[in-house]
Amino acid sequence: MIAKRIIPCLDIQNGRTVKGIRFEQLRDAGDPVELAVRYCEEGADELVFLDITATRENRKTFSDLVNRIALHINIPFTVGGGIKNKEDVKLLLDNGADKISINTAAVLNPPLISELAEQFGSQCIVVAIDTKREKGEWRVATHAGTRITDIPAIGWAQTAVRYGAGEILLTSMEHDGTQQGFALDITKEISQSVSVPVIASGGAGSAEDFLTVFRDGCADAALAAGLFHFGKLSIPELKSFLKQHQIPVRS
Amino acid sequence: MNVVIIKYNAGNILSVYYALKRLGITAQISDISEVILKADKVIFPGVGEASSAMDYLKRKNLDQVICSLQKPVLGICLGMQLFCEYSEEKNTQCLGIFSNIQVRKFISPSGNFKIPKIGWDVIYQCNSRLFHGINDFQYVYFVHGYFVEKNQFCSALSSFDSFDYCAAMEKDNFFGVQFHPEKSGRTGEKILQNFLSL
Repeated sequence: MIAKRIIPCLDIQNGRTVKGIRFEQLRDAGDPVELAVRYCEEGADELVFLDITATRENRKTFSDLVNRIALHINIPFTVGGGIKNKEDVKLLLDNGADKISINTAAVLNPPLISELAEQFGSQCIVVAIDTKREKGEWRVATHAGTRITDIPAIGWAQTAVRYGAGEILLTSMEHDGTQQGFALDITKEISQSVSVPVIASGGAGSAEDFLTVFRDGCADAALAAGLFHFGKLSIPELKSFLKQHQIPVRS
Repeated sequence: MNVVIIKYNAGNILSVYYALKRLGITAQISDISEVILKADKVIFPGVGEASSAMDYLKRKNLDQVICSLQKPVLGICLGMQLFCEYSEEKNTQCLGIFSNIQVRKFISPSGNFKIPKIGWDVIYQCNSRLFHGINDFQYVYFVHGYFVEKNQFCSALSSFDSFDYCAAMEKDNFFGVQFHPEKSGRTGEKILQNFLSL
């Protein structure tokens, strides 16, 4: 039985880890490589690194960081932020990333997903979906959450998978950074409507939140940032809690 | 120790190189026959697709070089699959080291299991020097859509849906693992260490 994955996420700005609340108000959370190594030792199953500045100028800085991460950690990791084309993806994979995540570029140009999947394999193409509830419907947001589209999140997830997405990373913007629990309804709906793993993101505040997102939200993996960075919950504590509740986790 | 990682058009070479680096070994990455033939240990990594990988190996005559190796060789993921006779992935004739063994496409009889299999799963009935000091039911990291059924070369099992399949295979100096030891935390490092100590 495949284990449910616990994934710390590191937002990177100018080579440092930062964490915001509802996509804003950034706080410094330390050196990414140091933090990454610590999470590995504590039993994280995978890591995600998002370049939140993602400008053309600092792409080299980010790929150098990716290379340093690859040297130091012994578990898979995904990188994302501002990826627009094959060249961006190749640079990151060549520097040791196991998977890349694309967001806005995929919404603007869905065939990009299949181009990437064909060249690099579906298993390394994660489509990240930021979603926000508008008039009772979960819609897709782009441009780091600043633009809300008319596209329904479920439909987009299915389309992305049809084009070759190997995984969906689903972030609820209204839950992100609040530590009030994951968005269970949309996570469950998407997880049950696609054939690939779904990573739930946004809102982790306690070990119970992970239990419910795995059990009731049908997530295959759950991602959190601030909760881990600022020491509110440790990965060993979380895993032993999940194990007590019969969730299969790697120990 | 002279460790060579075979260079071909497959992913994850850097990951393997770095994993060895963490164990204190600076490997050579090469597709040159003479270099590979002189190695004490050879690693044959692989993420990618079987037929284009075989085409590349043949073009460089590496298929014959690999089959002729006398020193320990470790095939990882696609590398292990290419040691078999044949793969259903684009009907590919492979190296035939694990003679008459076929690589098949995953199907989920219950329909409840996601393909490709991606993630951490346990291995058991581990029976190889590769797994020295590793208890059954340790977690390792898998990413694959094709698999090898249980057979006489199996040295560890994992499961998918309701059936067991080969997580590792072994014949003489050829070792194969379906999972990625370079991405499998401490357990993976121990397996690589065991390979280097053969």
